[in-house]
Amino acid sequence: MQMNQALYKRRQSTNFIGLTLSMGAMALGLVVLLWILWVLFSNGLAGLDANIFTADTPAPGSEGGGLRNALLGSLMIVGLSVLVSTPVGILAGIYLTEYGDNSKVAEFTRFVTDIMLSAPSIVLGLFVYSFAVATVGNFSGYAGSLALSLIAIPVVVRTTENMLRLVPGSLREAAFALGAPRWKVSLMVTLRAAKSGVMTGLLLAVARISGETAPLLFTALSNQFFSTDMSGPMANLPVVIFQFAMSPYDNWIRLAWAGALIITLTVLALNILARVLFRDKVKV
Amino acid sequence: MSESAFAIRPENMAASKSSAVQGEVRNALEVRNLNFFYGKFQGLKNVTLDIQEKRVTAFIGPSGCGKSTLLRTLNRMYSLYPGQRAEGEINLYGQNILDPKQDLNLLRARIGMVFQKPTPFPMSIYDNIAFGVRLYENLPRSEMDDRVEWALTKAALWKEVKDKLNQSGLSLSGGQQQRLCIARSVAVKPSVLLLDEPTSALDPISTGKVEELVHELKSDYTIAIVTHNMQQAARCSDFTAYMYLGELIEFGATEQIFFKPTKTATEDYITGRFG
Repeated sequence: MQMNQALYKRRQSTNFIGLTLSMGAMALGLVVLLWILWVLFSNGLAGLDANIFTADTPAPGSEGGGLRNALLGSLMIVGLSVLVSTPVGILAGIYLTEYGDNSKVAEFTRFVTDIMLSAPSIVLGLFVYSFAVATVGNFSGYAGSLALSLIAIPVVVRTTENMLRLVPGSLREAAFALGAPRWKVSLMVTLRAAKSGVMTGLLLAVARISGETAPLLFTALSNQFFSTDMSGPMANLPVVIFQFAMSPYDNWIRLAWAGALIITLTVLALNILARVLFRDKVKV
Repeated sequence: MSESAFAIRPENMAASKSSAVQGEVRNALEVRNLNFFYGKFQGLKNVTLDIQEKRVTAFIGPSGCGKSTLLRTLNRMYSLYPGQRAEGEINLYGQNILDPKQDLNLLRARIGMVFQKPTPFPMSIYDNIAFGVRLYENLPRSEMDDRVEWALTKAALWKEVKDKLNQSGLSLSGGQQQRLCIARSVAVKPSVLLLDEPTSALDPISTGKVEELVHELKSDYTIAIVTHNMQQAARCSDFTAYMYLGELIEFGATEQIFFKPTKTATEDYITGRFG
């Protein structure tokens, strides 16, 4: 075989350069990620103590305290938001795939969903502020949930639609062939078949809104005290971290790191949960 | 057994426009001058044939000849897709099912279909069978259990799955899944059963089992089967329709089609000279 040595050598060196560059990029990404995790864990773990879950946020300058009210507030605000966005998002996704398909209404809905997906969350926060806070006269947990829902719904709609589209048409036809009405086919057959994908989408939406700060700044604000009243301002983790991290008090800064660690671990746990619980157990 | 939903079965309706002799041979479905369009493309050209009740009618022909299209008009499956339309008449025991006022869901409960690819629902085996039954009948638990057992027995699947009715339908093998789909269609006690190449995705043993099934089901159901396997058509059916490019070339008793076809086109296809 006639082989041109120069050509071969050049190809080998190009191969080597390409491999090195891509591995370098990967290493860079990994290093940054590991660095972030390292800083987060070392500062956060140092800040964790037994009182984190039992004590409320301390007054400026005082020692001790915990994050109880912030944790509960986040739970309630995110919880309500999930309760609202799940049915709305899933039903909208079902409408887009099963009923609307290519109609004008469906196309418009997709367009609006796409825009809202990329809308800056601070804009959404200001929007909710203008009609749910300024008009009423006080910040509230409800307004916070509303703002988070506006962020979560487009995510759920998009993932639900994509997952439903993956269900083969033959499955739907088999259900129609038994005389099932369209709504039963959508809910009991198609949605069930896409169950794991849709649940993953939901968990990812939850993970996303758990860490959103900007919208909550204008809606739920925060609360120094323990409160379960959602019609008033409520403490929540992201805003507390924001407030504490920029303060001059060491105690507050310590708590901010602890809070950041808790949020990261929660989001990590949700992601792992999504992957483990909702993997496709039976390969068709 | 609950009779309410089945009080009016089409074959029990007295006045029938069927031209067949009363009390002897009846036609379950009469197709008259059927033309079918996929948008601008004409998939079926002026098809006219009778499907006798409690007999097996096979549609054969090369790929693209319109046999699956014809089958899918019989239960208005094409109505799911805008842009597909049919013109002409299809009379189910005298009632024209192409009428726009026809209740499609009710129609599909009366005319069942099994597809080429096994499509078990993502539920337990029990729920797979019960799904169709629950749509139109309100059976207490014990009767539903009986119906599920009956359907699975009819599909020759009962012995294999009776201990794992709560397992997912997806956990069965391909041949078992297809028999599950057949059981599912049979469970709602339709008048007509449409089979669209039911064995083309199966191994020979499962194919044999399904063909036995067809033979057994014949005594209770009218069956129309699309197959590209001529030997299967010759084995299983009583009547055969040979189609080519959307037209019905020849239709008659299976024996006659296979041993004494009247058209050369049919003979060419049967003997393998073409297609």
